[in-house]
Amino acid sequence: MSRDRTMATAFPVDRNDIELIRGAHPPLWKNPEPNGPYNLLVIGAGPAGLTAASEAANLGAKVALIERGLIGGTCINVGCIPSKAIIRTARLYADMRDAENLGGDTPDRLRIDFQRAMTRMRQIRQRISRADSAASVVSAGIDLYFGEARFSGPDEVTVAGKTLRFKKALVATGARPALPTIPGLTEAGYLSNETMFDLTECPKRLLVIGGGPLGCEAAQAFCLLGASVILVQREPMFLPGEERDAAQILSDALAREGVEVRLNTEAVAVRSEGGKKLADLVCDGDTMTVSVDEIITGIGRSPNVDGLDLENAGVAYDATGIKVDDYLRTTNPRIYAAGDVCLAYKFTHTAEATARIVVGNALFLGRRKLSELIIPWCTYTDPEIAHVGLYPTEARQNGIPVKTYTVLMHDVARAVMDGEEEGFAKIHVREGSDRILGATIVASHAGEMINAVSLAIKSGMGLHALADVIHPFPTQAQGIKMAGDAYRRTKLTSSWKHLAGRWLAWSRR
Amino acid sequence: MLKVEPAVLSDDELLERYQRAAFDYFIENVNPENGLVADTSRPNSPASIAVVGFALSCYPIGVERGWMARDVAVKLTLAALRFFSTSRQGNGDEVTGHKGFYYHFLDMRTGLRVWRCELSMVDTALLISGMLVAGAYFSDDDGDEAEIRQLAEALYRRVDWRWAQGSSPTLRQGWKPKSGFLHYGWEGYNEATILYVLSMASPDNPTSDDSYEGWTATYQWENIYGYDVLYGGPLFMHQFSHAWIDFAGIRDAFMREKNSDYFENSRRSTYLHRDYARHNPYGYGGYDANLWGLSAGDGPGSFRASVQRQRRRFSGYAARGAPFGPDDGTIAPWSCLASLPFAPDICLAALRHLRDRYPEVIDNFRLPSGFNPTLANRRKFGRNGWVSEGHFGLDQGIVVMMIENHRSRLIWELMRSNPHIRRGLGRAGFSGGWLSKPASPASGGGDVA
Repeated sequence: MSRDRTMATAFPVDRNDIELIRGAHPPLWKNPEPNGPYNLLVIGAGPAGLTAASEAANLGAKVALIERGLIGGTCINVGCIPSKAIIRTARLYADMRDAENLGGDTPDRLRIDFQRAMTRMRQIRQRISRADSAASVVSAGIDLYFGEARFSGPDEVTVAGKTLRFKKALVATGARPALPTIPGLTEAGYLSNETMFDLTECPKRLLVIGGGPLGCEAAQAFCLLGASVILVQREPMFLPGEERDAAQILSDALAREGVEVRLNTEAVAVRSEGGKKLADLVCDGDTMTVSVDEIITGIGRSPNVDGLDLENAGVAYDATGIKVDDYLRTTNPRIYAAGDVCLAYKFTHTAEATARIVVGNALFLGRRKLSELIIPWCTYTDPEIAHVGLYPTEARQNGIPVKTYTVLMHDVARAVMDGEEEGFAKIHVREGSDRILGATIVASHAGEMINAVSLAIKSGMGLHALADVIHPFPTQAQGIKMAGDAYRRTKLTSSWKHLAGRWLAWSRR
Repeated sequence: MLKVEPAVLSDDELLERYQRAAFDYFIENVNPENGLVADTSRPNSPASIAVVGFALSCYPIGVERGWMARDVAVKLTLAALRFFSTSRQGNGDEVTGHKGFYYHFLDMRTGLRVWRCELSMVDTALLISGMLVAGAYFSDDDGDEAEIRQLAEALYRRVDWRWAQGSSPTLRQGWKPKSGFLHYGWEGYNEATILYVLSMASPDNPTSDDSYEGWTATYQWENIYGYDVLYGGPLFMHQFSHAWIDFAGIRDAFMREKNSDYFENSRRSTYLHRDYARHNPYGYGGYDANLWGLSAGDGPGSFRASVQRQRRRFSGYAARGAPFGPDDGTIAPWSCLASLPFAPDICLAALRHLRDRYPEVIDNFRLPSGFNPTLANRRKFGRNGWVSEGHFGLDQGIVVMMIENHRSRLIWELMRSNPHIRRGLGRAGFSGGWLSKPASPASGGGDVA
């Protein structure tokens, strides 16, 4: 267990966690008796499994849902919800620290109560998990089983000694943190997203390994909650794959908060010494050692495929997950997969979206495709970094000429009022047209702002038309409209201006 | 201190003084034994190979302007070329370079690698560009000038550009003996165009045909502040390759698609920097329409401080850019002069404003790497804020060259005649403009000293 030899307390940590368990995996739960084949058997009660089960049941399907741990999966228990709850408290402390900038007074002595932040997170996690409690799943007409699911044939699964037969099945078992390959790390002890929310005390010195979304969010949040944080990233920029300018702004923001940013740096070995963890970091061939109290790894996730006996059902998989076609069908045509166990984009919203596709395709002869989805994503640092659609590099590699309309957040009135003027909204269009190919937004509320662009892409709305959408003033989303306005201005060619000038001159006669 | 009130000087007189002051950096900081030039004027500074490249490009300007005798220029040029020609190459210690490339920083006396620095591809390209300028300019038949031409050609030809691609189409940024190629990315437009032009033109070890295309595939064409630009944050990215190559009117596939060229792009980017300073989103001291220019350069040091009640992080030597940052209020005053050919009106206005408003920044017409008026009377800084100590060779070199290109186009004309440059541009897909006309012979210039 990665929890060993760390500061994390054993789960459940407090009464909130005990309540969460009561709802998400009742201790005295009695599995139902299977009764004939199910229209849809779902393995895994995370976002994908819950969505598929409830949608199918709502349409009248006979549905079984199997979960071995807590209902809610990674998102509720050890993912989006606890992390964003902590980020909210971290932003509060940032605002208190920067109160002068917002016209207030910074408290003389800003005491950070880490324990209170974590307790709030557990309260929120428990509250949100209630919506998908075992009781509510059952009340939706779903047969809920707890236990390890194993395929015993191409159309049957065993769980807790019972055999369940199905017409169609969905594997939605999610993913877990990949085992770190850094020598000595396991022995020295480390935290991952599965254990870091069980901390009750803030580590004084914290090493975060990996500058992807999880690593960047954790580094900034723990820094604002009082830890002295070193963030190492093997690549030359954070959030690999994201736009250079977005990564640059994030890098600056992290450094400004006080995170010790180490790019092009790899942690190559870890050992324990005198109650500390010593990590060897290598940058361009030069090695240095840092001493920390705790280490968080945010590198990679592995699909949960072990123990399912997928071979018995003829379902192919590899280290990246279950193999699916564009209709999310596995190599067994009765069995589908959705969510983190089969997708490169491991997000709650893609898990839910793919689950909906599976319900339509598996039960109602649907032909919806994974490749047709418009998938936005967001990294919840401050500023947030959100993206949807194509990157300019992707467009150019596909021979699509692309032009980007960029609005700086410091030109957006509401962002200035809010003291949140860092970042930009970039909307990429096909050169010579207003067809939106994609967008990247870096802003305090980029995750909210990106939705307008996703909607425009999904509905086929061009940037010209987006400029006509009236946005309430003042809002930060005005930045999206301003990009549309910038597009319109470039369409005002000199010949148009000339014609307009002549017309107006004539009108004055 | 300034001896003549610049307000009474004509533009050309003013430029002459700034150019001469910058040129003198090389005379003051060269080791005549081996031609190496110090990276900065600070004590114990090592040599920078890029600064040597600038020095080699500036000597012909010095000769043409009458600031140095031709034979002195020949002597310094030959010293550098002979040094690089005879210095040790290899993948071990105690060397100057490897595979025809050179380490970024060298000991001023021994010429050996210092600071465990990287073998630098782009800095080697700047050095080789200087050598090619020397080869183009020193065209007399006498033994020394013939040797300059022979050595410049040989040193260019021996660079193994293909090796520097590693396993990818694009060139790597650097290499170290222990760790191999640095995995820094070359994503997006920057100062490396000349690196690609030289590498693709190599008669013996050219990069593969897809190298330039592989790099330009990462370009991003943006409309920012109303300007359509190929974005590169720091101004030097829009200046360094342009010091040697006149990009006006010639276009590669990317610029044909955008109906623009890189000269025009540098002009717009210069205006974009000015507009960013007008916006001054972070409320830094002094920023306005006549005080602008973020680039790579020295900075006040690594610390955090509050500016207008907002938390800001300051840096030492760093690449600063607009409008996405980083920006800590540090202006690179030389970067305005380095944009002179693109946007003379606003650059000259900025230069005069600098003298009027911040005379303490200018050391007898020589500009510092950076200064930060926001820090006036803060922390340990005095009423002038932070001003970089001494001077940096890169800054002085680009100032000398870009003023000259603005005044006489000397370097551009010399390089237009260079067959390697023409071939490299052609292989990178550039066409039109002066490339469609036959090369005129290098002027070679007479001795006016």
